[in-house]
Amino acid sequence: MTSSFSAKRRRKDRQFAGLCLAAVMTCLTILVVLLIKLALDGYRHLTWHFITSPLTVRASTTGILTPLLGSLAVMAVTAAVAIPVGVGAAVWLEEFNTRRTRLSSFIQLNISNLAGVPSIVYGILGLAIFVRWMALGLSILSGGLTMSILILPMVIIVSQEALRSVPSSYREGSLALGATRWQTISRQVLPAATPGILTGVILSISRALGETAPLIVVGAAGYVTFLPTKVWDRYGVLPLQIFNWSRNPNPAMTANAASAILFLMILLLALNSVAIWLRARARQRRA
Amino acid sequence: MAVRTGEPLIASIRRRGFSLPRVQEGAMRLLSFVFALISILTTVGIVVVLATGAGRFFQSVSPREFFFSTDWSPAYDPPHFGIVPLVCGTLLVAVGSSIVALPLGILTGVYLSEYAPPRLRGLLKPALELLAGIPSVVYGYVALFLVTPTLKAIIHSIDTYNALSAAIVVGVMVLPLVASLCEDAIASVPNSLREAAYGLGSTKREVTLKVVIPAALSGISASFILALSRAIGETMAVSLAAGLTPNVTLNPLQTVQTMTAAIVNLASGDLSSGGPSYEAIFAVAATLFVITFLMNVVANRLVRRFRTVYS
Repeated sequence: MTSSFSAKRRRKDRQFAGLCLAAVMTCLTILVVLLIKLALDGYRHLTWHFITSPLTVRASTTGILTPLLGSLAVMAVTAAVAIPVGVGAAVWLEEFNTRRTRLSSFIQLNISNLAGVPSIVYGILGLAIFVRWMALGLSILSGGLTMSILILPMVIIVSQEALRSVPSSYREGSLALGATRWQTISRQVLPAATPGILTGVILSISRALGETAPLIVVGAAGYVTFLPTKVWDRYGVLPLQIFNWSRNPNPAMTANAASAILFLMILLLALNSVAIWLRARARQRRA
Repeated sequence: MAVRTGEPLIASIRRRGFSLPRVQEGAMRLLSFVFALISILTTVGIVVVLATGAGRFFQSVSPREFFFSTDWSPAYDPPHFGIVPLVCGTLLVAVGSSIVALPLGILTGVYLSEYAPPRLRGLLKPALELLAGIPSVVYGYVALFLVTPTLKAIIHSIDTYNALSAAIVVGVMVLPLVASLCEDAIASVPNSLREAAYGLGSTKREVTLKVVIPAALSGISASFILALSRAIGETMAVSLAAGLTPNVTLNPLQTVQTMTAAIVNLASGDLSSGGPSYEAIFAVAATLFVITFLMNVVANRLVRRFRTVYS
């Protein structure tokens, strides 16, 4: 600041900068306090036994293997549906649909509105469509399909961004050599966009992994003791188990909730690190 | 429909002959178009499912009772379905969370875009993303075992399940959203405006508060609306922290039940039987959907406005 400003204006200027910095510091403090609280509450019971033992009613011997496998099974169905459909929709919006029609801008608007629909509403959609109308029952399959509908807008949006970041010279070169649009997309554009798509997909899946509300509505069960083997099986999921343990008045059960949370957080952190690493590597290559 | 753009498949084959790449081209174009349509089908599905479910519900419960009665007791005999206490609980939590998230979010956004050195910014953004990536149910645990005990030490009369702790954690949950949308809005204000204001002899604070923020106002208000809409739809943290007792109150120290928590509560019961308490899920969800959908439409429109003004 030059000295031509009055002392009062300079003071106010510093105060405002300080206020903004204080807000940022508050956010960081919240994050640190949160992580410390979760780590302190959770680390004691987070043993190998806890991760690899099935669910039981006894707080001292129970493990999280059953709901963990339930979560992974649901995510497998979700990924198997959401990735091809989401990437396909993005390919149509970005690559095939070269003239922006009214239909495509309507689809685009629709996707951004869908991204803001509360997750529990998707659960109700899944309940009516998959559980009842298609009669898939309270199964891993209907849970996974519901979650795939939930993350679909996010997968489409991130895939579109990844496709958009592929330089148009790739497309022009391929088309000029006589390739069809689809040959250009499948052999040039998609391979170049893969790291970006993968990053976005991992982030979407990790969001779905922590999501509980829609699965409660489509019938994820609080107490399933058998390990899931088929897509028709009933299932529990890790976040729902955390929810039930947290509500339990028995402190030994809430301690289990804390350990399950710590495990979930480590899992999510690992997924996110992979995503960030992929993104960084892709950027380096392009530069 | 698939061939709205480019040459129709049949015509293309007729002109250039039948070859595998052509067929592949047409098939992939059609398939990807069908995938793009699924998003529209989803919206249609949501509207149809909620409307028919709510329609069936209103055959047994009058809309007047649903929207104006202050008694929500679906498990009693006879059950009562008045949404007022749920709306009240939802508003209490949503408004409370805004009080936490909006000031912190906008100041953080200003710092990130106007003040932070690039390297610090590169550290702060992942930290905020981390905060946004923590699952809702974990925030519920934090509300029960960190926020509420802390509040109880200060205010002894507070209920174990209370709207205040729910509002605080939901505020923290939506904070990264507000911060990053505000940052985007502020960063998209053209530099020429800042330079002009500096040229007239303004300090940085004056430039930010009197030029940049007013110019970014539509984007900032969009972030506020989206945050409020997200808070209204928040489910797991609120179910854990605010409790499951419907209550017509504006006192944040009391237990309340939100619309989302009521759906969870109804859904964790036995749904196979059907009946009004099954259909009530659809009526409450329809109300929730209409409210959040309208807010999102307004916010999207505001975002597009600042994009068109400055690009």
